[in-house]
Amino acid sequence: MGNDELILLNFWPSMFGSRVKIALEEKGLDYEYREEELPNKSPLLLRMNPVHKKVPVLIHNGKPICESNIIVQYIDEVWNDKAPLLPSDPYEKAQARFCADYIDKKLYEAGKKITWYKNKEGAEEGKKEVLEIFKVLEGALGDKPYFGGENFGYVDISLIGFYMWFHAYETCGNFSIEVECPKLMAWVKRCLERKTVAKSLGDPKIVYEIVLKFRKSWGLD
Amino acid sequence: MAEVKLFGNWGSPFSGRIEFALKLKGVEYEFIDEDIYNYKSPLLLKYNPVHKKIPVLVHNGKPICESLVILEYIDETWEKGPSLLPKDPYERALVRFWTKFLDEKCVPTLWKTCWSIGEEQEKAKEESTELLKILEGTLSDKKFFGGDSIGMVDIVANFISYWFIILQELAGLQVLTKEKFPKLGAWIDDYLNCNIIKENLPPKDKLTAYFRARFEAAAAAAK
Repeated sequence: MGNDELILLNFWPSMFGSRVKIALEEKGLDYEYREEELPNKSPLLLRMNPVHKKVPVLIHNGKPICESNIIVQYIDEVWNDKAPLLPSDPYEKAQARFCADYIDKKLYEAGKKITWYKNKEGAEEGKKEVLEIFKVLEGALGDKPYFGGENFGYVDISLIGFYMWFHAYETCGNFSIEVECPKLMAWVKRCLERKTVAKSLGDPKIVYEIVLKFRKSWGLD
Repeated sequence: MAEVKLFGNWGSPFSGRIEFALKLKGVEYEFIDEDIYNYKSPLLLKYNPVHKKIPVLVHNGKPICESLVILEYIDETWEKGPSLLPKDPYERALVRFWTKFLDEKCVPTLWKTCWSIGEEQEKAKEESTELLKILEGTLSDKKFFGGDSIGMVDIVANFISYWFIILQELAGLQVLTKEKFPKLGAWIDDYLNCNIIKENLPPKDKLTAYFRARFEAAAAAAK
């Protein structure tokens, strides 16, 4: 696999893009990172993801792969000689896919209710939903160090990018995730100790500043 | 005790997908028909506490939920018989992309088109047309989304081939016609002609009567 060309189109605050960054780092892959200056979308992005027009997109030897969890599975299947991200057992794999699907279906939308709140009630509703989701995830984690068990893997990768948004959720929603979900925060700290994660996540404080910027531009503040 | 159980509903396209896949692989299973609109059984709630929905596949007592997750599990567990997904990682990524697109965009929008009214329906109709155009383009020269034979994308697109056709007629709509979408029209004919599909669809009159009753109930509730 010597001459692979990998380009990642991303917007650094994206919790979805960070999944791909982490997966590429876990596999020790060289890639070119290109920042999309959202809301402006480059012609390349629109050509590589005409259906959704969204980041992240991984371009491998000129061919695009879209949708972050699909990209992570692709990376795992192509570079299958090291650092497996998904379990090999079909049942364990199914549980991992189910969990990542749950995160995808629920957490992003609930989080949006907090950061893009129009009134206090809206933010409160979002906060309740996010905390419920975190409780379910803490249940899935149990006493394991990672969602995958002893090894950091697909579900951990699926969730950890949202940490960049925790400070924004906490500030807009007026609550502390550390207080409400200490098990989850312990897992976060464990993940942040990994170099691959630490170098793939942006600063939560700057994410919050971006939230404020977008809120102002949309007339929410 | 059956090794494989499927909790589903006779009229559901979602559990229908799983039945196609199990039959394609030649897997014997016990079907447990859940009356999901009126009641969620204790067993269903035990096996799917997170979403409380069908389908749920229970294999040797262990549950797997969410139809797309179940389909991949079936493909990986019963390797004999036709593959639901291709072997090449890039082709697999495309299959996953299109099945996600169908599930998250197409099915909800097409469903909404039939059940909404007024401006909401007009908007949903437009969105549906755009989504169907994308699918028409993806089908391109192929007989099936999977190529020469049906694959996971075709299985997941089942709603469009049968349920939506019945619903749009009941709703008095002509969103998906052979004239507007010749490739999808041809795909529907070929798809419904596959033995594995036509032998495992819910009976048309029963499904039509069921949806007609729901339309009438919705209209009565709106008054």
